[in-house]
Order: sequence, then C-alpha cells, then structure tokens
Amino acid sequence: MLIPHPLLGPRDAQEFTYLGDARLIDRPDPSAPDAEAAFCDYVFLRDNPAGVHRELWFHEQGDRSWLVVTRDTVTHEVLGAELARNVALSRTRCGK
Amino acid sequence: MKFSGFRIFAEALKGHTGWRPLWRNPEPKPAYDYVIIGGGGHGLATAYYLAKSFGRSRIAVLEKGWLGSGNVGRNTTIIRSNYLLAGNEPFYEFSMKLWEGLEQELNFNAMVSQRGIINLFHTDAQRDAFRRRGNSMMLAGAGARLLGREELRAMVPFLNYENARFPIKGGLMQPRAGTARHDGVAWGYARGADSHGVDLIQNCEVTGFRLDRGKVRGVETSRGYIDADKVGVAVAGSSGRVMAMAGMRLPIESHVLQAFVTEGLKPTIPGVITFGAGHFYISQSDKGGLVFGGDIDGYNSFAQRGNLPVVEDVAEGGMALMPMIGRARLLRMWGGVVDMSMDGSPIIDRTQIDGLYFNGGWCYGGFKATPASGYAFAHLLATGAPHETARAYRIDRFARGHVVDERGAGAQPNLH
Repeated sequence: MLIPHPLLGPRDAQEFTYLGDARLIDRPDPSAPDAEAAFCDYVFLRDNPAGVHRELWFHEQGDRSWLVVTRDTVTHEVLGAELARNVALSRTRCGK
Repeated sequence: MKFSGFRIFAEALKGHTGWRPLWRNPEPKPAYDYVIIGGGGHGLATAYYLAKSFGRSRIAVLEKGWLGSGNVGRNTTIIRSNYLLAGNEPFYEFSMKLWEGLEQELNFNAMVSQRGIINLFHTDAQRDAFRRRGNSMMLAGAGARLLGREELRAMVPFLNYENARFPIKGGLMQPRAGTARHDGVAWGYARGADSHGVDLIQNCEVTGFRLDRGKVRGVETSRGYIDADKVGVAVAGSSGRVMAMAGMRLPIESHVLQAFVTEGLKPTIPGVITFGAGHFYISQSDKGGLVFGGDIDGYNSFAQRGNLPVVEDVAEGGMALMPMIGRARLLRMWGGVVDMSMDGSPIIDRTQIDGLYFNGGWCYGGFKATPASGYAFAHLLATGAPHETARAYRIDRFARGHVVDERGAGAQPNLH
C-alpha cells in the first residue's frame, strides 16, 4: 500500500506503524462526571467498519508525523491522507 | 450412516454406491428455539453440543456461504493448550481433552495428530518465562517439557542453532499438542449436528435482528424472517458487522492474517515448531506441504488477502530458523479475517439484549478452541450460565479491569 503523505508525497505503508481508528484523537475529558465510562469506551470499543475507515498511521521511518488516513478496509484502497495535527486543530478541542 | 473400516470394505465390494451426503440441506422453518449464526467450526460445534450434550432441540445454524467457508478452512490447523494465565489455560486444556476424544465422539476422521509443539527460546530471560508457562500448563494438567539445547538438537537437528543474533537455547514442548484436519473438523461437527436434528441452513445471510423491549424475537435473513427464542452469534471476522445490526459496538478490530503452504516434500518436520525471536511457526501436513504463518498484517481489514511486507517478514523468520526450507516453492498463500480483541482473549457471553449471545474475539487462535468454544457456548445458551472453564471470557471484563492479556500488550489489537 502507498500512503499519499500530504508533505512528502506517496510513501510505502511499511514506513508507518498503525495505531487504529482516528477517533482516538478525541480523548475524553478526564474531569467530566462520566469520565470512567467515556474512557472505557475510548480505550476498548471500536466501530470496526467494513468499508471506509479513518485511521491513525505514524510515519515512524520518515518525518515522524501522525497522519489520518482514509482507507477502504474491504479493498485496501487508500482514499486520502491528512496531517493528524491539522485534523485535531480543526476540532473544538483546540479552543481549550 | 456409521463410518468404520468394515463399512469401507463393504462399500469397496459394492463399487462405492452406498455413500450418502453427510447432512441434509433443509429449508428454514419459521421458528426455532435456538438459532446459531455462523456455520463455521465454532457455530457447528455449538449446535452439536447443544443437541447432543444438553439435549436441546429445534436448533438451526444459519450460514451466509457454505459450511466451513470461513476461518475454519483457512487456519494452520494447530491444536495446543500451552497458555499461561489462569483465565485461559483450563479452557484450552478442556479443548485439548475434547480434541483427544473427538474422532470417536463424532465417528469422523478429523486426522487429529498429537505430534507435539515446540516453542523455541533464544535468551535466558525467555527460558525463564517459558519455564513459568510450563509450570502453569502442568498445574492445569496439560503437561509440558523444558528441552535443553542438546535434547532439542537430537529431536530436530535441522534448525539453525548457531544463528549469530538469535542462537537457539532450547524449547518448551507440549507433547500432546499437534494438528488436525481443519475442514474435517467442520464436516464432522456438521454431520454430528445434523444427525441430532439440527437444521444446517446454507446460503442464508442474516440481515438484521428483530428486537422487542430489549429482547430478541428473531432474525431477518436473505431467506425470510426466522423466529428465535435464543440467538447465538459465532461469526469470527464478521463479529463487528453482525453485532452492529443489534446496535452493539465491540472491543474488537478485524484484521487479516496470512498463511502459506509449500509443495509437498518428504517428511522432515516432526511436529509444530515456533520461532521465539520473530513471529514464525511451521508444521508439515500429512500430504507433505510445509504449512506456516506469522504476524497479522496489522491494519483493519476485511479483505481476506494480505500484502507483501508480511510475506517477506514471514519468509525471513523461516530462513532465520531453518535455512533448509529456502528452496521449497510456495504453492499457495491466503488470508483470513480474524477478530482481534482488545486483550487478545475471546468473549463468550450474553449481551445486554435478552436472548442474544455472543462468541467471538478469537484473534488468530480460534481453531484450537473449536471444541471447547462450542461446548462452552452451548452451555451458556442452554443454562444461561458460563461454563466453568470460560468464566473469564465475560464481555464486561474490560470495564471491570479484569482483562485476560496473555501477551501483556494492552488495548492494541494488532500487537496481540
């Protein structure tokens, strides 16, 4: 698989390590009253879709950036990649 | 139709005209007491024990494709009970005991062959960890032997003992482990279940659950609605997809695991051998092919095929361990979709939906568990209580903090 790195162009997937569902960016608020249940959900439960999946890949053998890769889990077709930092910054959590 | 040596002799005299199909191919009835989703090893074993050992009737197995079309026909056929943790070892040893009596029980040749498994170690620390695991196995009655380097060399002289980076220091052996004919296991359970009145319904895909006030009423299928008191789900790699129809998210990711077989060679490898410094394991089939595999590819996949980097990694492991196989030519390689759980251990439990039961999360080790998984799941469906060896496999163990993490890798499914 080739991953279209937004800064470096197409890179072999072997240069990356895989973490999992991109929802892992959205870490729950540890001071919320339901934090225990929210963290259990965050750590252990997954949507695990057959089809389009947004997931976190770490460019360990490259520029050590985290990417959010959109990929089809049925065909292995990579549909796009963006810097995880930009994805996180575009969320409300950057306003904290 | 009972199989025996005499029967084969008699059929030979009659030109083999008396053999009959192993199971019926019935139309689905409108209602059953028990519906098992998934006609693989675990589903068929569940139906068999439900009918045979727990005396239940009005049972159906629904299979999307043909019986045994999933992981039960895609694995590397190893059976063993060499686990460490108290939540695991008694369960797998229960499975091993069922394997030992399986062929007589089913009157079917599943080619169970207890040729032994050897897990190699390469460092002093690894030897100590394996000794601890061996002690745990002996406590559960599984039996284990710690082999020194010279003892090992006498048994399997062809390994690369002098590997500069990972010299082989010895191995932990379970002599009772071995291999079984994987398709034969599915066919044997299917025939056994059918002969006890279970309806095996193929080409019948479940498309949804009919729920009513927190209780399951039945399943929608591609062959119409089927009413059911209790529904058991045993669908391995499709666990997430099926349980999503009931609105459940699971502590599971689906990954692809590849396996390989070479051309047939003369008998060389006596049992199952696993590399302790990389992920590589190998055995030789009765037909002569070397059957081996290694790591999962490591990313979510439903593709039933993997990519080349893992092929290279497995081949490197093989060459590091036994350079003699370098000239063997690969005949086939394939992939199976495995349901990797968050702690590397399975789930056999009821769900928050009354009457809906789940069996999954077998990671890449489901085949060896087939008999015990079926028995424990049947026990749960029939009595409502977990089997004594499967008590650790509750689905709420993650929330309670009682994970069964054999590898110690944490909630990262691609590391288990």
